[in-house]
Amino acid sequence: MTAGLAAATVAAADLSGRGGPGFLSPTGAEVAFVLIGLVVLGSALLVVTTSQIVHAALWLVVTLGGLAAEYLLLTAEFIAWVQVLIYIGAVVVLLLFGLMLTRAPIGRSTELDSLKRWPAVLVAVGATATLLTVVVDAFHSAYLDLGKTDDGSARVTGESLFRVWVLPFEVLSVLLLAALIGAIVLSRGRADADGKGR
Amino acid sequence: MTAHGYFSTYALVGLVLLVGGGFVSVAFAANRLLRPHAPNVEKLMTYECGVDPVGEGWAQTHIRYYIYAYLYVIFAVDAIFLFPWATVFADPGFGTTTLVEMFVFVGFLAVGLLYAWRKGVLTWT
Repeated sequence: MTAGLAAATVAAADLSGRGGPGFLSPTGAEVAFVLIGLVVLGSALLVVTTSQIVHAALWLVVTLGGLAAEYLLLTAEFIAWVQVLIYIGAVVVLLLFGLMLTRAPIGRSTELDSLKRWPAVLVAVGATATLLTVVVDAFHSAYLDLGKTDDGSARVTGESLFRVWVLPFEVLSVLLLAALIGAIVLSRGRADADGKGR
Repeated sequence: MTAHGYFSTYALVGLVLLVGGGFVSVAFAANRLLRPHAPNVEKLMTYECGVDPVGEGWAQTHIRYYIYAYLYVIFAVDAIFLFPWATVFADPGFGTTTLVEMFVFVGFLAVGLLYAWRKGVLTWT
């Protein structure tokens, strides 16, 4: 713990000595990481505990936006903007339209509180424990050098994507196509059943 | 980009966000402190073009909007892959193959768009 702290201080001193005064030093980035992590945790708890379902969607925007900021602080620039464009821009819009499709009322609804709370907590704790075990076991020796910011750029992503991962990339387009056609077929089937279809 | 330049640049973005949020909070707080507070039922009614509102604020939307949002998700995912592609496809070692790969990717999605168009999803009725 103390050795790690000392190493971090040395690294920070090394980095801040390089380029004169700036707005945010790498140590500042670590502090900001923890603070934003707390915001993400709090808003994620609000997503599942709020009794107003539209508010849950809006708290989800805060959660995902905070995660984007965390990615930025980990110098994963490309993923951070993917997070903003896809998750905040598109998925939350999809979620809101999905809510508006249902007959969910505006305002508080008591039936959002599930009686299966304790089994849900158990499942959540189990899933967290599994993920923690896997992630810690896989990456316990990995080290992210915050002084090197190129790893998360679009160029590095593009190089590995088009040099190594071309087939998964093309398969992804087929997956998106299947999802699009599936959504069209399902929605048209429902519209026809209602007698409103064309 | 150096780490220093990277973090300063994004710290500036964060600073702009903070100043923007602070501006809105101060404006609303000052408004709350300075304005007279005399509500009545008529004033608290939802404003709807000058006539009294009818029904509730909640209306069930047609599934058509969901399909539009879904099309948006799919083409947002499509567009996001253009960025890493655009930074590398002119580099040595990529070239025509990479260009063709992207056109195959876009081609598959274009088939989906063609399907949506042929099924009349894109026409507004």
